[in-house]
Amino acid sequence: MIPEIGQFSLILALSLAIAQTVIPLVGAHRGDAAMMGVARTAATGQFLFVAVAFACLTYAFLADDFSVLYVANHSQLSLPTLYKVSAVWGAHEGSLLLWIFVLAAWTLAVALFSSGLPAAFSARVIGVLGFLSVGFLLFAILTSNPFDRLVPAAVDGGDLNPLLQDPGLAIHPPLLYIGYVGFSVAFAFAIAAMISGELDRKWAKWTRPWTTVAWLFLTLGIALGSWWAYYELGWGGWWFWDAVENASFMPWLIGTALIHSLAVTEKRGLFTSWTLLLAITAFSLSLLGTFLVRSGIIVSVHAFATDPTRGFFILTFLAIVVIGALILYAWRAPALDSDVGFGLLSRETFLLLNNVLLVIATALVLIGTLAPLVVEMASGGKISIGPPWFNVAFLVPMIPLVILLGMGMHTAWRTQNAASWWRVLRIPAIVAVVLGVLIPLFVYGRISLLLVVGCASAAWIVISSLIQPVRSLWRKKGTAGITRSALGMSVAHLGMGLFVLGVTVVSAFGVESDQALSPGESIEVAGFEFHMVGLDNVQGPNFSAIEAEIEVRSDGEFIATIRPQKRQYLVQRSPMTEAGIRAGLDKDLFVALGDQLGNNTWSVRVQYKPLIRFIWLGALVMALGGLIAISDRRYRSKAREKAGDAVDAAEATA
Amino acid sequence: MNRFVWPLVAVLALLVFLVMGLRHGDPRALPSPFIGKPAPEFELPTLNNPEVSIGTKTLAGDYALVNVWATWCVMCRAEHPFLLELAANKTIPIYGINWRDSRPEAIRWLNDLGDPYLASAYDEDGRVGIDWGVYGAPETFLVDPEGTVIYKHLGPLDPVIWQREFAPRIAGGGPGQ
Repeated sequence: MIPEIGQFSLILALSLAIAQTVIPLVGAHRGDAAMMGVARTAATGQFLFVAVAFACLTYAFLADDFSVLYVANHSQLSLPTLYKVSAVWGAHEGSLLLWIFVLAAWTLAVALFSSGLPAAFSARVIGVLGFLSVGFLLFAILTSNPFDRLVPAAVDGGDLNPLLQDPGLAIHPPLLYIGYVGFSVAFAFAIAAMISGELDRKWAKWTRPWTTVAWLFLTLGIALGSWWAYYELGWGGWWFWDAVENASFMPWLIGTALIHSLAVTEKRGLFTSWTLLLAITAFSLSLLGTFLVRSGIIVSVHAFATDPTRGFFILTFLAIVVIGALILYAWRAPALDSDVGFGLLSRETFLLLNNVLLVIATALVLIGTLAPLVVEMASGGKISIGPPWFNVAFLVPMIPLVILLGMGMHTAWRTQNAASWWRVLRIPAIVAVVLGVLIPLFVYGRISLLLVVGCASAAWIVISSLIQPVRSLWRKKGTAGITRSALGMSVAHLGMGLFVLGVTVVSAFGVESDQALSPGESIEVAGFEFHMVGLDNVQGPNFSAIEAEIEVRSDGEFIATIRPQKRQYLVQRSPMTEAGIRAGLDKDLFVALGDQLGNNTWSVRVQYKPLIRFIWLGALVMALGGLIAISDRRYRSKAREKAGDAVDAAEATA
Repeated sequence: MNRFVWPLVAVLALLVFLVMGLRHGDPRALPSPFIGKPAPEFELPTLNNPEVSIGTKTLAGDYALVNVWATWCVMCRAEHPFLLELAANKTIPIYGINWRDSRPEAIRWLNDLGDPYLASAYDEDGRVGIDWGVYGAPETFLVDPEGTVIYKHLGPLDPVIWQREFAPRIAGGGPGQ
């Protein structure tokens, strides 16, 4: 009965979504206040019914209702409760429901917090979001119903993929989707603005906080996924350029460009048509990612559903959304030419370069992701061009990007006096280059050109992000001298610096070694002694495992005990590597069990990963920067709209 | 045409491309410039022992498969069980070219998943891959006893492709032929 309630709720949500699309859009066109008023009510109702459907599916998992096909395929009696909940989005149908739920939640948030916007504008925004909901609800109901029954019901389920039975991965998809789907709001704002033709700086100001929130969740989601891959896949890498990783990374890159170009549009009224195009592109890439992941068109470790019907549905929807948006764009954008100029040495120039480089980076990732498809069409096989290509290609736009980043932060709008610019930057630049030589040479004992470039850029970003906050602390003994927006920017850039440092050091100085090890024996890797004390059998709720106890010493001094496991999940019979990690800010020591070679001998993979935590710490700090930026009082309430505008005006002229 | 139409044009092209990708069903014959020609000469260290090298001469005398693989390649993992099956049934000698990979990772991969290869050549910088016209991994070449490439397959091998494309080309051999 419960699953039928869920199914019925989805259908009701669909009818409300249709109402949410048609009535407000028509109302806004006619200037009919009553029709525009429907937007909020319909959005709230749609959210409630989607929430009911989501709750019903969750209930089916918690109650072990194996008469539901999706539950029978992806759960099991002895599955821990946390994973019964996360199994809801553990495969195609449920994760699509999560997508719909997140979209409805964003729409509700827009409905609740948009009271300061003109009625016609917010009605259009909600209407556009409603249209997106219609597409995805239809997709779920017609091709991917999570509530399909299994007759006769199964006695026990097929269990959740053991790879997904992990706390990190339980919350990775929701975070990622909040980010991914969140770009729909920027998209809807762009479309609404283009329909009405009111493309002024206000539009950019309204869009900014929504975009930043989506971006910060996407940042967290991607970082969490990378962290999960690091410890769960047992390979010790943190990024694989897998098609699905790329699918979330491309919207992130464009979203980052969008945040920067929105700043220009808001402050200076420039780049408006370009910003619109980025807003459309960010969400289109989210849709493209959904298509790539769910159509089976590209092979990936995440392979979701390989059903061409689903592929065609999403592709059709993608085509309608993107073509519609771009026709609107081609019609409206020509009117947006601005006659405001800016100097060659100005913040505008740097933000323009930022955008160009990020778009190039996105294009490279897109080409690399789709290249196997080109080969496949020419020949019929699925191949991968792999990390060697990406690692090299991606560096090309990234190195200038990080160097320009530090300069751009200290450049004024409109035009910057070159002499005073150089006075601010010369010492940080010299310190950065010196650190770029010293860090690899003295801390890690080896040096190369790429290392100097990496470490110097990291130091450069870190120092130049700190100048402004430190100065205002120094002068005013508080944060009063710096706006939250500016502080957020500094913090996010600081995160970028930490990330670059982590990537540089771990790629150059990480050590990986595969060796055979038996109890009583020791091996040495990167100056650390790994001693296997013994092996033990361990019993988990739905797996049994062999656990090794490994003591790590450095110069005879005890550092840690690491306990890697080799798990055998009882239902899916798949062996899983649960790596043992001694995590530290300066380095990770990583031990994973490979294969049993002899009676008591195992192949072990031992890794020394210096500063690898900085990769995720950097992402965390970037997200924190986003959080600080949206707490800026300009965004907080409509009552202060005026005060905020005054601040804007002051800043724009500053 | 105004310049703001260009994004639309680009997206339309991309969509056409994606539709073709989705509709694309049967693999077509691959016009490889290498088919019917002698296998490109190569000489590479083996994966397991840098002191020992293998090359074109190693292949001569029998039908042989040359399989290009790498540990970063997801589809190599997918085709691996089938290669092991071919090796276990002694269907055909299989040689690997470990392409643009790292030696310890590749050795670990073979230890973990099993080694179907008589030997794997270690093509660290992908030079031999260029000579052989490798686009990506996995790719599999069928070489006859005279050392001529008689078929090339892109993407993972599976029993269906084996029966349809490889087995008929191997004179007097192959399962079911």
